[in-house]
Amino acid sequence: MKSNILFGRIALGVYFLIFFGYLIGPLVVMGLTAFNSAAFPSITPWQCFTYEWFGELFKDERILNGIKNSFIVGFGTVILSVSIGLAASLVLTQVWAKWRSTYYTIIIAPILIPGVVIGISTLVFWRKVSDSLGGVAFMNNGLFLTILGQSTFIASYCMLVFVARLQRFDPGLTEAALDLGASHTQAFRKILLPFMRPAIASAAVLAFLASFENYNTTTFTFGSYPTLTIELSQMVRYGINPSISALAVIIVAITVFGALALEVYRRRTKLKAGEIKPAKGLPSWLYGNIATILLVLMSFTVIGMLSTAQSYSPQQCKADFREARDLETRLKIEALQAARAAALAEAAANGEATEDAGTDAPAEQGGSSGAFGGVFAPTNLEDAAGQGDGASGGAAAPASPFGNVFDPTNLEDASGTSGN
Amino acid sequence: MSSGVDVNLENIWIKFGDFVAVREANVNIKGGDFFSFLGPSGCGKTTILRAVSGFLNPSEGRVLIGGKDMAGLGPNKRPTALIFQNLALFPLMKIWENITFSMEVAGASAVERRKRADELLDMIALPGQGDKFPSELSGGQKQRVAIARALCAEPDVLLLDEPLSALDLKLRQHMRTELREIQQRVGITFIYITHDQGEALTMSDSVAVMRAGVIDQIGDGHAVYDTPATPFVASFVGENNVFRGKVSAINGDEATITSNRSGELLSKITPTAVGKMKVGDDAMMFVRPEMLQMGEGDAKSTISAKVLNEEFEGNTYSIYLEGEGGKQIKMAMPNLGNDPHKAKGDMVSFNYNANNAVVMPAGDLASE
Ligand SMILES: Nc1ncnc2c1ncn2[C@@H]1O[C@H](COP(=O)(O)OP(=O)(O)OP(=O)(O)O)[C@@H](O)[C@H]1O
Ligand SMILES: [Mg+2]
Repeated sequence: MKSNILFGRIALGVYFLIFFGYLIGPLVVMGLTAFNSAAFPSITPWQCFTYEWFGELFKDERILNGIKNSFIVGFGTVILSVSIGLAASLVLTQVWAKWRSTYYTIIIAPILIPGVVIGISTLVFWRKVSDSLGGVAFMNNGLFLTILGQSTFIASYCMLVFVARLQRFDPGLTEAALDLGASHTQAFRKILLPFMRPAIASAAVLAFLASFENYNTTTFTFGSYPTLTIELSQMVRYGINPSISALAVIIVAITVFGALALEVYRRRTKLKAGEIKPAKGLPSWLYGNIATILLVLMSFTVIGMLSTAQSYSPQQCKADFREARDLETRLKIEALQAARAAALAEAAANGEATEDAGTDAPAEQGGSSGAFGGVFAPTNLEDAAGQGDGASGGAAAPASPFGNVFDPTNLEDASGTSGN
Repeated sequence: MSSGVDVNLENIWIKFGDFVAVREANVNIKGGDFFSFLGPSGCGKTTILRAVSGFLNPSEGRVLIGGKDMAGLGPNKRPTALIFQNLALFPLMKIWENITFSMEVAGASAVERRKRADELLDMIALPGQGDKFPSELSGGQKQRVAIARALCAEPDVLLLDEPLSALDLKLRQHMRTELREIQQRVGITFIYITHDQGEALTMSDSVAVMRAGVIDQIGDGHAVYDTPATPFVASFVGENNVFRGKVSAINGDEATITSNRSGELLSKITPTAVGKMKVGDDAMMFVRPEMLQMGEGDAKSTISAKVLNEEFEGNTYSIYLEGEGGKQIKMAMPNLGNDPHKAKGDMVSFNYNANNAVVMPAGDLASE
């Protein structure tokens, strides 16, 4: 029995470990890559601790422009979807009792429709409208289309948030306000709106996040205003560097900061309302609250990082690293050249060079024992990578079916070679 | 504050689809009166009040306030203020903001409002509580805030929808006197809704008794209690013993009925039925428990029965009797220090004064 329980505990522990590893692991790895000086996001081999990618990030015009567009689209979407969602929820809960379920289905449908479809249909629809009006410029504007396209389904999310809150609203309050002489507008502004304020705040945050991370609708509508997600996806196609990781670190930090601050605020309100008791033996502003402690730790970390970033310079480390790498490369090249010379010598000795094979390079003749000929011969790859393909590298013997395709050192070497 | 104005309901019908919630209501309320609508749950009291305050339009008929037809005026344009069944205080506003909401929407300055709020808080005996939120007050305090909020709007007519129903008995009795005092102080017309007949009788100048959308009787407390117009009113307002039978003789405003189980009984005809009853009609005679006394009386007002049970209720004894054929009768005797102490199973005779009993055409009783 006891061992059973123990086993259960261990299993549970392992499960949580795997689960949280799965959830947080990628973020941690990505976060670390932002501080590695390697030119491709990686943590092994660790080269030098650096802040340069943050600087790089703020120099990258396209990313900055993407962020700017994302914010514009985000705010536009927040305003549009919160207003539409609020109006829709009011209609749903206050009017038309008979049509309620039909109306609900219609308004909720955009959530179920794939974002791609929404993107295409937004594009097509407004182009038609614009054409039929003889070409209206703003209707083909990327920002306009993206905001409209995203709001189509984000407004539905907002509406769900509002409906949940509205269900707890006592319509008697509005009646009381009217009875006391308020106009309908005043009753809305002074009674219903303050009641909805927390829901409006959550809906706005939700809408902004949904807009910020949206890709599949935006990809059809962005026109000449690529948002951050669009820029990132395009960058991935042309090769990325760790400034993307730096961006991720910033976004994660802001998110965690916000969440912690919110938690601290909520705890304090609860404490004030007497719902929880302050823990003994701690300064009162801490209240023995993990969120507060984490928040403070995080603030210190950020401050520490910002101040060291001013003085710290990884130049020496990088120089050392480059030297070591150059040395390594030279050694490798020498080894290869030796191998090639040996192979050539062997081939000449065997005298197997036939006339029709004479057009081929001798090295490939030498490597003909492999099924793929010399395609994967290290030198070839070295050259290929040097030409900027960045596809793969195979200087070391491939241990897995993919070789070391994803081993960043290869790329490093590749770019290093091309740089030389 | 403005003195009370008249409220007249002229032939009001209110329908929800096919359902008739209020049928042919004609009510004339004198300015400055405390007027109550009394009736069981679901009889249409709130519906009438909503028609007066403007939240719904009667399907037929007119609502006049101070002689002015209110048709087409919304609740924010009528000189009425409604105290809701659930109070409907604004939970996100402080007490003083709640009280002066009507001034806020009229554009009064915060200083002005604060001053008025403090006056009203003094009046409702909650001085210095203006900065609390409604959730921080007790039920009775909320009640008073709701009254202050309505009075702050300086209405000509104050409408109250069962405002005391959520309170416990002690507080309810206290608030009754307080409400009555406030009404006399401000002198405006109060229209009060309740299903508690004690509340209606103690506070009102006039009471309208409603049954399923119909107003059965309008009168002061005495009229409603002593001379009920219908069997429903007789059985709904206070306790009553009912004797069914047929009219056997009529003499001016008195009638004799041959009751089903208790022989010939003499009583007054209720004023609204005088001249409308004939010999042979089905009739109901009502006599209140406290109008019965022990002993033989006139032959036509004496009944004999067996004692079933006796209950001591402090100020009264209730004696439950069983007459001929299992007829249940209740008798109430004041506690004068001498226990009547009838043994269970004793046969007793008791009688009543025919002037204190009323007879009327048979009809529906209030269901228990
Ligand atoms: N909006 C409405 N639609 C349909 N029927 C309604 C509506 N409002 C009220 N009714 C019906 O009208 C009748 C009277 O309702 P009302 O609220 O006036 O009762 P009440 O006398 O105030 O009862 P209570 O003492 O329980 O508050 C009820 O049968 C109710 O079901
Ligand atoms: Mg009601």
